[in-house]
Amino acid sequence: MSILVDEKTRLITQGITGREGMYHTEQSMKYGTRVVGGVTPGKGGQKVLGNVPVFNTVRDAVAKTKANATMIFVPPPFAADAILEAADAAVELIICITEGIPVNDMVDVYKYLQSTESRLIGPNCPGVISPGKAKIGIMPAHIHKKGNVGIISRSGTLTYETVGQLTHLGIGQSTCVGIGGDPIIGTRFIDVLKLFQRDRGTKAICMIGEIGGTAEDEAAYYIKKNVTKPVVGFIAGQTAPPGRRMGHAGAIISGGQGTAEEKMKVMRRCGIKVVKSPADLGKTLQKSL
Amino acid sequence: MKIHEYQAKEILRKYNIPVPNGILITKKSQAADAAKKLGTNVVVVKAQIHAGGRGKGGGVKLAKNPQEAEKHAGNILGMTLVTPQTGAAGQRVRKVLIEEGMPIAKELYMGILVDRQTSRVLIMASEAGGMEIEEVAADTPEKIFTETIDPVTGVKPYTARKIAFALNLDGEVMKKIIPFIINLYDAFIKEDCTMLEINPLVITSDKRALALDAKVDIDDNAMYRHKDTQKLRDLNEEDPAEVEASKFNLNYIKLDGNIGCMVNGAGLAMATMDIIKLSGGEPANFLDVGGGADEEMIENGFRIILSDPSVKGIFINIFGGILRCDILARGVIAATKTLAIKIPVVVRMEGTNMEEGHRILKNSGMNFVIGNGMKDGAQKVVKAIQ
Repeated sequence: MSILVDEKTRLITQGITGREGMYHTEQSMKYGTRVVGGVTPGKGGQKVLGNVPVFNTVRDAVAKTKANATMIFVPPPFAADAILEAADAAVELIICITEGIPVNDMVDVYKYLQSTESRLIGPNCPGVISPGKAKIGIMPAHIHKKGNVGIISRSGTLTYETVGQLTHLGIGQSTCVGIGGDPIIGTRFIDVLKLFQRDRGTKAICMIGEIGGTAEDEAAYYIKKNVTKPVVGFIAGQTAPPGRRMGHAGAIISGGQGTAEEKMKVMRRCGIKVVKSPADLGKTLQKSL
Repeated sequence: MKIHEYQAKEILRKYNIPVPNGILITKKSQAADAAKKLGTNVVVVKAQIHAGGRGKGGGVKLAKNPQEAEKHAGNILGMTLVTPQTGAAGQRVRKVLIEEGMPIAKELYMGILVDRQTSRVLIMASEAGGMEIEEVAADTPEKIFTETIDPVTGVKPYTARKIAFALNLDGEVMKKIIPFIINLYDAFIKEDCTMLEINPLVITSDKRALALDAKVDIDDNAMYRHKDTQKLRDLNEEDPAEVEASKFNLNYIKLDGNIGCMVNGAGLAMATMDIIKLSGGEPANFLDVGGGADEEMIENGFRIILSDPSVKGIFINIFGGILRCDILARGVIAATKTLAIKIPVVVRMEGTNMEEGHRILKNSGMNFVIGNGMKDGAQKVVKAIQ
């Protein structure tokens, strides 16, 4: 089993005719994801990557293909609009890869999404993969292995690092969810934890956070109350100076809030096995299984 | 992006938010004239640097006459101002704002920011103005009033009234503070701020409300729709290596250690700094070359790391996804030759075409150390510089 995406997911790509959109759609198809179409305004009627139809609007694409998921590769100035369009067309799962969306745009998007049934993953995320079933995003497919560890992370390459360690130890993953490195994101740790707790195919959970905000603290309290599966955690940025944005728009210690030390303390207190070294994630997950 | 106080106040003026009259000067000789032009009994001489806490470092002085203003301006201009936010190295003062003095009756705090917990804009207000809001939050959180703003309605008169009553304002002042708050929110949204702080917001003895200080952070991601704001960037306030890195779209932050690191991805870059520290070393920088780094990026990355003279060794930690390790290896070799790098370089590569990458490094005849995993790589670079 897995969460969010599987072999039944019907995917479209918004921004499919762009370089990145085209490349990653092709990679996802190669992995076995059911790609049913794409959207680029003004290019409707074309076919790309063999036989994938391009539509002018998400509504058209959904009407013709019954897509239930979208992967967004639209440039930052237009990405918030693309998310809203997907939600307006009632796409169940919206995965926004785009990095660099203005935060005030996301305030509006977040508010609108609350009035819809759509779920947004990201923005500024690598996407979601259920190994052996479907890949929606930019993660390297070949490092993954089908299995029973669920991963939730704010970071892209650090997730690959963890997946690499696990696969090396012969341990597979049920689903890996990159929730994104921005201050405002559609799906938070807690939302994904809820899904992993319910998923019978997930036996252990790995939660990778970083400095900035308090989402990990909230997740830790949620785990203490609601999650019975073992959780292993890591927080990146133990050596990060306060007041500096460490690459991700959301990775900043401000006003003394959001330090790695504080998050790790809260997580430990809530029963999460917190590792200090990112090199220990794989081994610790192995022991917890 | 951070901007100066005088620039922030220019923005506030555009939104009809009252600020004191002021004149920006860059030479001591301009100070007395500026003070005379302002015409108040007292003027304030304020150092213009991006860091806060300027008063504590001696960067804000009262002057009772133009001569005194000139004396203070002379002392402040060119000084290296050390405040709790600048770090020990301090920041050189190049500009000074001469501002009219105000008959202050009350000092308030007002800040607007994006609240991550609610994913909404939040207004914070307090009667404890003029103090660091973090200290107020830690010691007397009950003195801070917060109001979360629904993006659909924005700040309406009733929202502003709620805040005004919480600040115990009434009568004449109430009438003035309502448009003040509404306009402040308007400025925050229209200028794409991520933080807008008025501390203190003063009520004068003649019942006016003014922004006596202003601190504004603007969303870098929104800069494409604010071409004018972009011009407000002051490169003098930034680390030269960080400015250089930003030209190549590299995310570089200088730290105090001696092990340079080059990593793809922000999370992995932070984790790499952490593991260097855990292995007994000190990272010299954060450097994210991006998820799809290429040869050119590697060379620029090296150049920026090496611009820091304290760097004694370099740790490259790349998890190749789209980026193939063989291409990375060739890039590392080319850059090492071009830049004639003499210090130890430890390379840890994982992912696509890893074996091929390792083979290329080994056959290069150059002195690369290969790290097998993050931990091994970190330990090897720490050892290599001892």
